[in-house]
Amino acid sequence: MGRIIVDVMPKPELLDPQGKAVAGALPRLGFEQFTAVRQGKRFELSVEGDVTEEHLAAAREAADRLLSNPIIEDVVRVAEAEA
Amino acid sequence: MRDARIGIVTFPGSLDDRDAARAVRLAGATAVPLWHADADLQGVDAVVLPGGFSYGDYLRCGAIARFAPVMERLVDAANGGMPVLGICNGFQVLCESHLLPGALIRNDHQLFICRDQELRVENASTAWTNAYHTGQVITIPLKNGEGGFIADDATLDELEGEGRVVVRYEGLNPNGSARDIAGISNRAGNVVGLMPHPEHAVEAGYGPDGPLGPHTGTDGAGFFTSVLTHLMAGV
Repeated sequence: MGRIIVDVMPKPELLDPQGKAVAGALPRLGFEQFTAVRQGKRFELSVEGDVTEEHLAAAREAADRLLSNPIIEDVVRVAEAEA
Repeated sequence: MRDARIGIVTFPGSLDDRDAARAVRLAGATAVPLWHADADLQGVDAVVLPGGFSYGDYLRCGAIARFAPVMERLVDAANGGMPVLGICNGFQVLCESHLLPGALIRNDHQLFICRDQELRVENASTAWTNAYHTGQVITIPLKNGEGGFIADDATLDELEGEGRVVVRYEGLNPNGSARDIAGISNRAGNVVGLMPHPEHAVEAGYGPDGPLGPHTGTDGAGFFTSVLTHLMAGV
């Protein structure tokens, strides 16, 4: 069974409140070295058999139409998962 | 004209559908429950998409509701001129459906906010705001976690230039919305979306505090009487 990974990130110019909240919590655990956090979404799409070009094309369309909102997010990766 | 029939869509996770139906009835129309999974508008004259957390706000607010069977019919009807009002989560659904531009993101202060909110009516000629006058300040409840309206500058300029900013936050911007925008319309003015809740300010005793005393505010009723005026004018 093949798997396709789709990564979606909030647009860089937009405030990412979730990332900001995580960034605020890290120093409390002693992690002082991280200057910023941005939080995105990862989707894993499974298919029957091996991943084909058609599967990837369909995944790109799904990423644009449903998995992301182009006004606030960027699709940063659509790729077959490493085995 | 026969009784106006106004549909209220219930999605899994809708919260304010009953309040919206009550507001419709108090305005003098018949409220028709519409189910998200039915590709059928039951011949209604207008539709309200209520507040709540459709599909648990999974993925993005309104993103999954936008593909519900009832929405395909609704998008066609709205493009054909049927009045549609989206309140809070309903506004998010309208943006995800591309019936309205822009998007709603998490409040800039990162907190859920619930308060009686002053709004200035900027456009009193839409299907849902003709009972008000331009510049009128009204108070209705606001309650959201993801109510920050954003769009690119070109879209914001277009909305302003075409008079499509319907209501603006007055006094305090509660969620970081661009240009204090609380609600907008499509070009034709039949589709309106806003984050605050007019359906919670339609009956004395249950609304925000008003000049007549605690909970006497009924400033939201105008949204529901407006659409009746609009429908009658069209017959």
